[in-house]
This record gives sequence, structure tokens and C-alpha cells, in this order.
Amino acid sequence: MALQDKYKPLIDAATAAGASNLKVREQDGVLYVDGDVPSGAVKDQLWNEYDKIDPNYTSGDLVLNVNVSGAIDGGKLKVVTKSSNLNIRKGPGTDQPIVGKAAHDEIVTLVSKSSDQWWLIRSVDGEEGYAYAQYLEPAN
Amino acid sequence: MKKQVSKLLLLLMSVAIISATISSCGVKDADVKTAVETALKANPDLQGIAVSVKDGIATLSGEVKDDAAKAAAEAALKGIKGLKSVTNSLTITPPPPAPVVEQPAVTADDPLAKSVVDAIKDNAGVKADVKDGVITLTGEIKKTDLPKLMQKLNALKPKKVENKLTIK
Repeated sequence: MALQDKYKPLIDAATAAGASNLKVREQDGVLYVDGDVPSGAVKDQLWNEYDKIDPNYTSGDLVLNVNVSGAIDGGKLKVVTKSSNLNIRKGPGTDQPIVGKAAHDEIVTLVSKSSDQWWLIRSVDGEEGYAYAQYLEPAN
Repeated sequence: MKKQVSKLLLLLMSVAIISATISSCGVKDADVKTAVETALKANPDLQGIAVSVKDGIATLSGEVKDDAAKAAAEAALKGIKGLKSVTNSLTITPPPPAPVVEQPAVTADDPLAKSVVDAIKDNAGVKADVKDGVITLTGEIKKTDLPKLMQKLNALKPKKVENKLTIK
């Protein structure tokens, strides 16, 4: 229970910000927090909270897996790279050839979720391929 | 004519005697049922049992927690007046399934290692090792790039992330 106390402000913040499907479990000295959050801003807020409690995330006692909900097939996604272009690849993996690029902040279409990590998308130029899901979030 | 009347009288009298005999030595089923229910009520393990009695034979139905309770139900009814026999149709309630403790899903090393390669691709100074579901990070990273890297790695469902990165 000690870890739940340590990360209570984070869990409280998640609840207050409207996180859904929130799951908090502790096992072998690691706290696992999973859930869906309504926006990328909330996700960033929770990671800031995590950094405050455990500066630079060095304790290795929390696995925080919160993702922005609402990405549906055919829906619009925004490219949330730091500033660079997002590679669109032939297959799901960085070993796959690049078939196109989507610009930072560009709106693309989600074709389907190939896995948690790789989503099949279509760019505004009509290029279709796989992109890293952590650089995409539902638009609006 | 007189002979016929006396015959009828005799018949009526015998019917009256016979029926009186029957009702005096038999206990009513309803009374047996009440006695059975009272006997069962005394034992907290024997609640919620349905009792029916017909011709002095009691039928017990419902659920009890174990075989001991089932036997106790029958034993509790010994000596009840008018109870000829007991049909014990009680069933044993199966024990509730052990509570399932949900285990955090941890990705196996091979797919995890492959996913880690994808996740750290944009962070040139970072090296990652995967063993038994634990991702160990070494090397260096800019503070501003750290949250995104950690978000990517945490989304891979590792057992844990050991961050030994030097923060620039």
C-alpha cells in the first residue's frame, strides 16, 4: 500500500481529470497504473505529476500507462511529435522502410490500430502506412 | 324394515369408530411440518431449507454448505412425533471460486526487446537492455526528451523500467 500512498497525488489527479478505466495494482514492489485520459494535455499533466513525486522517474516503482482515448478507425489524429516529421512506414517496426512522412501537427486519418504501438494511418497526401502511436493522438 | 335400519346404524357406527381411531393415532402432516421447521431453525447452518410433508414423510430441499450440515438436518429431526421417514434432497452449495487477482500483463522479453528498439530509436544517446520484463536504460538524455521516452516504454507493458540515464 505504501506505493499507492506515494503516488496518491498522481492517482487523484488522474481521477480529477476524468481518467476512465483506471486500474491501480501493486505487485513485487511496482505500482501499475493504467487508464484512458481525455486528452494529451491530461496525459502530460500526469507525467509532470509523476516527475514531481519521483524526479526523472528513477525509482523504477511505477509503470504508468495512460493513453488518450477516442482514437477510432476512420477518425482524425494529430501528429504530436516534438517538432519533427513523423515517419510513415511500410510495416509496423522501425526496421521497415519509410513510405511517407506526416508533418508535426498535421491531421491524419486512422485506418486501423495494428497494435498498441503501431497504427495504420493515411496522411493528407494519401500516403498510407504505419506510424508510431505515441506520436499520434485523437484530434479535437 | 326394522332389520335394515339397524344394519345401517351398525354401518354408520363402525365408520365413526374407524375414523375416530385413525385420526387419534395419526399426527397431521401440517403439525409434522411445523415441528420439522422448528427443529431446523435451531441450527444456523440449516436455514433456508424447504420442508414438505406428506403422509408422515418429510422431504427436505434446498442448499446447505456441506455434507455435515446435510447430515445434521436429518439428525435434527429424530424423535419428531408422526414423522415416519425423511427424504433428504438437500444439495451442497459449491464453494465460491477463489477470488481472481488480476495480474498486470507483462510483455515477454522477445517482443518487448523489439518494441524497445522502436521506442528508443529517436534517442541516440540511450541504450536499453531487456531482461525478465525489466527495461534498463543507460546512457544519457536531455531532460526535455525524458518524459516522451518514458511514456513510450511504459506503454510497452514492461515489468518495470530501471532508469539509469544521465540527465543532461
